Amino acid sequence: MKMLIIVDYDAGNLRSVLRACDHVGITARISADPADVMAADRLIFPGVGSAESAVDTLRERGLDEAIKGFFKTGKPMLGICLGSQIVLDYSAEGQRDCLGLVEGVVQKFDLPDKALKVPHIGWNEVEFVKPHPLLKKLQSGDEFYFVHSYYARPASANDIYGTTDYGGQFCSMLGRDNLFATQFHLEKSGEKGLSILAEFGHWDGSV
Amino acid sequence: MLSKRIIACLDVREGKLAKSVKFVDTRDIGDPVARAREYYEDGLDELVFYDITASSDKRDIMLDVVEAVAEQVYIPFSVGGGIRTVADANKLLWAGAEKINVNSAAVQRPELIQECAFAIGSQNIVLSIDILKVAKSLRLPSGYEVVINGGRTPTGLDALAWALRGEALGAGELVVNSIDADGTKQGYEINLTRMIAEAVSIPVIASGGAGKPEHLLEVLTEGKADAALVASMLHFGEYTVSGLKQWLHQQGVKVRLKY
Repeated sequence: MKMLIIVDYDAGNLRSVLRACDHVGITARISADPADVMAADRLIFPGVGSAESAVDTLRERGLDEAIKGFFKTGKPMLGICLGSQIVLDYSAEGQRDCLGLVEGVVQKFDLPDKALKVPHIGWNEVEFVKPHPLLKKLQSGDEFYFVHSYYARPASANDIYGTTDYGGQFCSMLGRDNLFATQFHLEKSGEKGLSILAEFGHWDGSV
Repeated sequence: MLSKRIIACLDVREGKLAKSVKFVDTRDIGDPVARAREYYEDGLDELVFYDITASSDKRDIMLDVVEAVAEQVYIPFSVGGGIRTVADANKLLWAGAEKINVNSAAVQRPELIQECAFAIGSQNIVLSIDILKVAKSLRLPSGYEVVINGGRTPTGLDALAWALRGEALGAGELVVNSIDADGTKQGYEINLTRMIAEAVSIPVIASGGAGKPEHLLEVLTEGKADAALVASMLHFGEYTVSGLKQWLHQQGVKVRLKY
């Protein structure tokens, strides 16, 4: 049976992602079991909270190795918010080594303009750097909902799919092969966010 | 560039949408879930629900409302009213709220902010502050005092000092609600909003007093608010979300227009 697994590592409101999946007609299940992750057809790892506790929980549950293994199978994976950060090598939040699926680091906003608040909370535009199958119903400049203080810095520009301006451009969408990830909460970004999820439901993982 | 947010505030009493004037008279004006959906489809950026149910034994009705909203509305929403413990907060998050909103209970026991921030993350904690203008004094140097219990009880706390303390304790956003302006439709309390927005480094949501689009423009520019809370302007059908946003856009305010 086809199964989409939403990875449970005690990081945030998994139910809102599950609800959004239901809403766009994708059957999904929440699981913290590495065996389920390995057997899944598709994987979503959402997340709010700190990279520190997220990475520690992934390790405790053996989910880190399961996710790395899943990535190598070429099956589609989607990271959301914190889930888009922990795919990199390292996060400055808690000085944690992360999954290392994409080279790069996660660092905190350091904005000299005090009018720009941290966390970056609210709706902001995403400029598309290049096309991706999950973005086909969207346009560069569409807005999505962000809540975060840290952001991803992929080492290679090839891994960057979208950027957003907040005291300078930062990477708000990244991807490599069968992995795609958004810093914004696509499950809370209205119909535009849901369209990424809907496309993910039948994406074959190739770009 | 970050857009300014329009947030609709829905007061819910025993599962029904209510609207209060100066926090005293309230009347029921319909189904909050249908209203939330209507605003969502018209481009609303965020929702806030305040549970103003008086009796605690009927509070669980709110969980059903939250659950129903979460199934239909895919923008962030927060819920406030009667949250006294992390367990209360968790119930609402589990039902589908994105953020929780604390007010009186945090004044009475400030550790609540810290406990919630630790348990569910600062970004999910909104501190609402009800504020009355008072004479400046040694004890209330900002000239604004925090009040609780729906504006009825003065606390002796200075509003600016409490906002800063709330931020330090881990609140991720602040709602600055002027009791003087609430329900008057004469405009937000601009001085109060700007004073707090300039002092803290977390987003400030202005609340109380919105009656026409110019008031939103004023508070989002001069008042330095990151978001504006509106209620009766929308609830009674005088204005629409999309209409307000179009108008703000024409005045040069960055708002989300495509949805």
